[in-house]
Amino acid sequence: MTDKPDTAIPRTVPIQSATFSNPVNAEIRRAAATGIYDIRGGGSKRKVPHFDDLLFLGASISRYPLEGYREKCETKVTLGTRFASKPIELDIPITIAGMSFGSLSGGAKEALGRGATMAGTSTTTGDGGMTEEERGHSNKLIYQYLPSRYGMNPDDLRRCDAIEIVVGQGAKPGGGGMLLGQKISDRVAEMRNLPKGIDQRSACRHPDWTGPDDLEIKILELREITNWEKPIYIKIGGARPYFDTTLAVKAGADVVVLDGMQGGTAATQDVFIEHVGQPILACIRQAVEALQDLDMYREVQLIISGGIRGGADVAKALALGADAVAIGTGALIALGDNDPRWEDEYQKLGTTAGAYDDWHEGNDPAGITTQTPELMKRFDPVAGGRRLSNYLKVMTLEAQTIARACGKNHVHNLEPEDLVALTLEAAAMARIPLSGTDWWPGKPGTSF
Amino acid sequence: MQSFDLEAEGLRKLNVSLHAQKNDTNQTAWEITNPKGSHAIAVGLDAPIEVTVLGSTGYYCGGMNKQATVRVKGSAGPGVAENMMSGKVIIDGDASQYAGATAHGGLLVIKGNASSRCGISMKGVDIVVHGNIGHMSAFMAQSGNLVVLGDAGDALGDSLYEANLFVRGTVKSLGADCIKKDMRPEHLETLKCLLAEAEADAKPEEFTRYGSARELYNFDIDNASAY
Repeated sequence: MTDKPDTAIPRTVPIQSATFSNPVNAEIRRAAATGIYDIRGGGSKRKVPHFDDLLFLGASISRYPLEGYREKCETKVTLGTRFASKPIELDIPITIAGMSFGSLSGGAKEALGRGATMAGTSTTTGDGGMTEEERGHSNKLIYQYLPSRYGMNPDDLRRCDAIEIVVGQGAKPGGGGMLLGQKISDRVAEMRNLPKGIDQRSACRHPDWTGPDDLEIKILELREITNWEKPIYIKIGGARPYFDTTLAVKAGADVVVLDGMQGGTAATQDVFIEHVGQPILACIRQAVEALQDLDMYREVQLIISGGIRGGADVAKALALGADAVAIGTGALIALGDNDPRWEDEYQKLGTTAGAYDDWHEGNDPAGITTQTPELMKRFDPVAGGRRLSNYLKVMTLEAQTIARACGKNHVHNLEPEDLVALTLEAAAMARIPLSGTDWWPGKPGTSF
Repeated sequence: MQSFDLEAEGLRKLNVSLHAQKNDTNQTAWEITNPKGSHAIAVGLDAPIEVTVLGSTGYYCGGMNKQATVRVKGSAGPGVAENMMSGKVIIDGDASQYAGATAHGGLLVIKGNASSRCGISMKGVDIVVHGNIGHMSAFMAQSGNLVVLGDAGDALGDSLYEANLFVRGTVKSLGADCIKKDMRPEHLETLKCLLAEAEADAKPEEFTRYGSARELYNFDIDNASAY
């Protein structure tokens, strides 16, 4: 025997635990050092079944395609036809989701309005009230009615184009908003009637109604105040889509907005984002089924959101039954969020372009998710608006390309029968046949 | 005096008629008969008119009021004067839950008792309750004054921000971050004015002031048990 190790004997290779992985261990160390849960912006980052797991079949002998650039493929959508005397007419089926002034800079809100207006669609306020930048640059502006009621006033209610009652959102179904003290500037504080610099935790429930029966009366009040002109949307997170859609319709919604777990938030607990709520793919067919069971499909319109990135996602969402989609994260990226041109600064913040999500800290190098004047100056609302408009138009062209390939003269004519699924999970969630079969798990009359 | 029979003419016509009144209207006095607990009576008004409801109302009477004075000669259902911006709402009887919720301005007077969550998330309104208030009142109240001549229920002022709460009677319990505070001369003056305006027979010196300890304004792990 010798004290020296025998290098001839094979050694066990170090193996990282799949359960206690490096990121997991780093989070344990961070929690132990700070005593606070991780707060971040954005939506779920974990890989979940998504639109990538679906494919279009295209046309062949059994159905014929439409000529690209020559034969018309319509994209117009009308929202709010059930009760409102002034429904929303959009040129494209892609809207901008609600994002708050406070979370975003005034310039970013202006750019969202500019881009949406150029592309012929609507944008949406957020948890912080309506700003002049936003109203002034948005042809169609949806006014969110949130539990916090920050900045809520009847004049803005009367000058919006539709009202969106927010019950929940995909990133945090059952949770309220969060805007930490770093971003509470004088202007944000004034709009929200709160002291500067304090953490603002928005309520998770509305203060003056609790269930569907009360909600029905709340909707009556809002309609009476606005002369029954404005469409009333109800936004829900991807919790129990069948029942929540049913109750929203029962309460009197004109439009249901359904947001999956990939949908972003300005800031909330990472544990909430990653562990509460369902992927949008699992939600759409349940909501559509609820509308069909109530004989309300297409009479109450369905907008879905959460992970829409390009025209293929738009086309797939519409084929599954949505009337329109909403984008948030994609819109911010189009404006310039997480752009590699700021990589040096992302590195200084301990992150990298594409992964930056500490939006609540207000240090956004791109000047979008911040209230710091020096950073806000970096963002040009006119150029940002142009980029967003370009992005929206590209997505629309892509969706039209797919629709024409499937022989449809309106993107709304896309249907589940145009799709197949690549995975069993996606097949089950979207109720679409697994590619190469006529079967999906849970298909009526079949067994798994 | 304009008289309106709600049962005969319907809610839509009532609110349309009231919304048609502008600042220079000469139809300044309105009387509504047969309310029978209807919801959304006189909501979204924006003119210096006086509306008297002869009977009890359902949800959200006087909701989002601006400028107008709405008087209910009966009791009010949930959310009376919710999100009021200015003007005055007076309830001769009792008020149900969430009275004055999120209201930004104006004066809400409840001559009887108010139920739970009175003044929830209030944002600048003044509320005077002649009787008692229920549990969780002034929850997350941001600014304004809540004056209670009677007693307050459990968890008064939970997660309070900068609103002032004045209670003459007993408080069953205080909510998280709500504490008893000194009554300074400016508070006595505020109380004096509000009591007079609300036709309340009480002296400012009889009240105790409650407000935020401001311990929960920024997250601290050592306060986790308070959340």
